[in-house]
Amino acid sequence: MAILSLAWKSLLNRRFTALLTVVAIALSVALLVGVERLRTEARESFANTLSGTDLIVGARSGPVQLLLYAVFRIGDATNNISWKSYQDIADLPKVAWAVPISLGDSHRGFRVLGTTPAYFEHYRYARDRELEITDGQRFSDLYDAVLGAEVAEKLGYRIGGSIIVAHGASDVSFARHDDKPFQVVGILARTGTPVDRTVHVSLEAIEAIHVDWQSGAPIPGMSISAEQARALDLTPKAITAALVGLKSKIATFQVQRFVNDYPEEPLSAILPGVALSQLWNLIGIAENALLIVSAFVVVVGLFGMLTALLTSLNERRREMAILRSVGARPGHVFALIMGEAGVLTLLGVLCGLSLLYLLLLAGQPIIESRFGIFIAIGGLSPYEWILLGTVVAAGFLVGSIPSYRAYRLSLADGLSVRI
Amino acid sequence: MVIDVKDLEFRWQPETPAVLSIDAFQVTPGECLFIKGPSGSGKSTLLSLLSGVTTAVAGTVRVMGQELERLGSVQRDHFRADHIGYIFQMFNLIPYLSVVDNVMLPCRFSTRRRTNALQRGKGLEAEARRLLQHLDMDHPDLHRRAVTTLSVGQQQRVAAARALMGSPELLIADEPTSSLDADRRESFIRLLFDECRGVGATLIFVSHDASLEQLFDRTIDLAEINRSTRGMEEA
Repeated sequence: MAILSLAWKSLLNRRFTALLTVVAIALSVALLVGVERLRTEARESFANTLSGTDLIVGARSGPVQLLLYAVFRIGDATNNISWKSYQDIADLPKVAWAVPISLGDSHRGFRVLGTTPAYFEHYRYARDRELEITDGQRFSDLYDAVLGAEVAEKLGYRIGGSIIVAHGASDVSFARHDDKPFQVVGILARTGTPVDRTVHVSLEAIEAIHVDWQSGAPIPGMSISAEQARALDLTPKAITAALVGLKSKIATFQVQRFVNDYPEEPLSAILPGVALSQLWNLIGIAENALLIVSAFVVVVGLFGMLTALLTSLNERRREMAILRSVGARPGHVFALIMGEAGVLTLLGVLCGLSLLYLLLLAGQPIIESRFGIFIAIGGLSPYEWILLGTVVAAGFLVGSIPSYRAYRLSLADGLSVRI
Repeated sequence: MVIDVKDLEFRWQPETPAVLSIDAFQVTPGECLFIKGPSGSGKSTLLSLLSGVTTAVAGTVRVMGQELERLGSVQRDHFRADHIGYIFQMFNLIPYLSVVDNVMLPCRFSTRRRTNALQRGKGLEAEARRLLQHLDMDHPDLHRRAVTTLSVGQQQRVAAARALMGSPELLIADEPTSSLDADRRESFIRLLFDECRGVGATLIFVSHDASLEQLFDRTIDLAEINRSTRGMEEA
C-alpha cells in the first residue's frame, strides 16, 4: 500500500507525461473495444437481416443462392414456384403465415418486389424490429408502390410521384412497362437491410404489367391498358419465393422436409439464420483484419508507456538511492515502477471505456439512421472482458521491463548516486 | 559498541586490490564521530558497509551488536530501515513528496521507527512537525511548498529531520554540509548534535573538510586507519 501511494504521488508529479500516456492507452482501448462492439453488432445485424421468418422457400438451389436472390436481391432465381405449390405450403397446419414474393423487374437499378400487404406485417429485421413507414401508407391500389428509404433518397422521390418499372434487372428503353405507371404512396424508414433498396408493389401489379407480355417482350399487336387490366383475374401463376412463419419453431425441420420432398415440383426450404451466418463467414474476413489492426494500436499505446517509464528512470536514480537509504529494498523499487505502470494501464482502460460509452451514447442514433445498425449499450460481453484483461496483463508485462531495470539499477547503485 | 569493525577487507572483484582494509574501528554509543576522508580514501565504501548495502569480503562489521555479514540482503535492508538514519551530501528529498511526507518516509519502511515515532508524539505527522520545528523549519509555509523550491540549507534540515524520525540509534551523514556556506555549516552541525544528544543517538559524520573536526568529540582519519592506501576510484 505504501508503495502504491508513492507510485500515485510520483505520477501526479509528472502528471503531463502521465496524462499523455493514459490518453494514448485510453484511445487505443476505446478503438479496440469499439471495433469489437461494432463487429459484433454488424454481424448480429447481418444475421438479423431477416428475422422472424422461419423458412424461405424457393426453387431448388443452394441455401446461399436462395438467400442471395430472395433476401439480398442479388442474382436471379433459377426457377419459379407455382402458385399451387405456394398455396399447399401456406395451407399446412403448422404454418402460421406465408408471404409470397415475386422478383424480376427493376426501377433504375433498384429491384421491384411484388408481394402482399402481409409482407409489412411479418418482415422483421435486427432483433424483431418491424418495417416502419415514415411517409404515406402501404399499397392499396393496384398501381401503388412503397419505396425503400435508399430508393426514395437516391432518386429524390416523394409521395405522389410516378415511376415506371422496367422489365428485367437492367433498365433499357425498349423493355419498360411504360403503359402502366406506378404512384408512390409510401416510403419506408431506413433498416440497413436490402429492403432500403427495394421498390414494393402488390403481387397483382406484377401480374398486371405482364399480361400483355411473353418471354420478356411485349406481345406484338396485343395491348391491354392499365384500366383494362384491372378487370382481369390477376392471381399470379408463379412466384419467386415465399417467406414462411411457423406456429412453433419445433416444426421447422418437419416443414423443411415437407418442402424439400415436395413431389410436384423441386423446391428448397432454408433456415435464414443458418444461411446468413454461412454468408457472413464468406464476407466477414475483413472484420477480423480490423480487430487485429486495433490490437496493434493497443500495442503501440503500451509502447508509449514503456518509453515514458524507461526515459524517466535515469533521472530517478537519485530517488532510488534515497528510497534505499530509508530502508526500501530493491523489490520496493521494482514495485514502485510496476505500480506506476499498473496505475497508468488501469486508468487508460477506464478512461478508454468511459470514452467509448460516451461515443456510443452520442453515436447510437446516427449509426442507426445511417447504417441501420442498432448498437445496444449494455455491459461488457465476456469477450470484451477477455480483451480488457489481456490489455491490463500486457500493461503489466510491458511495465515489468522498466521495473526490472530500476531494480537492477538500485541494486547496483546502493546508496551512491551515479548520474 | 554501536560499531565494531574487525579485520575488515573489501574489494570489488576477487582479483582486484582491496579498496578498504581496516584492522579495528569502534564507535561507542552517543558519540559524535568525525571521519576525515579525502576523495579516494574509501569513504563511500565504508559507509556502504556500515549501512549494510554491501558486505565485507573478510572480517566483520558489527552494528548494534549485529554482525551484518550474517544477514541476507533483505534482512540488511530491514536492519537499515530500523536502526540507521542517513543524510546525503545534497538533493536528499523525494521531489514528489511534501516536506512532511519526506520526513515520514522511514515510517513507511520500518514498523519499529513507526512505533517509536508514534510513542513520542500524537501521530506521525505531529512528530514530523515537531522534528522540523526543532531544526528551525517550523514555518507552516515551508511545509506547504514543493521540496524542490527549498534552499539547500532547508533541504538538508528536512533530511536531518527525516534521518531522526522514529529515533534510529545511528545517524550517518555523508558530507551533509559540503553544499552549505561556512556559517550555516556550523549551525547545521550544532542542530544535529543537539538532536542526537536529545535522543541519545550516535552520529557518524563524514567529510573531507578538516576545519569541522574541532566541533566533534573524536576524529578518525580514514586515510590513516585504511591500510590499503592505494588511491582508488571513489565508489
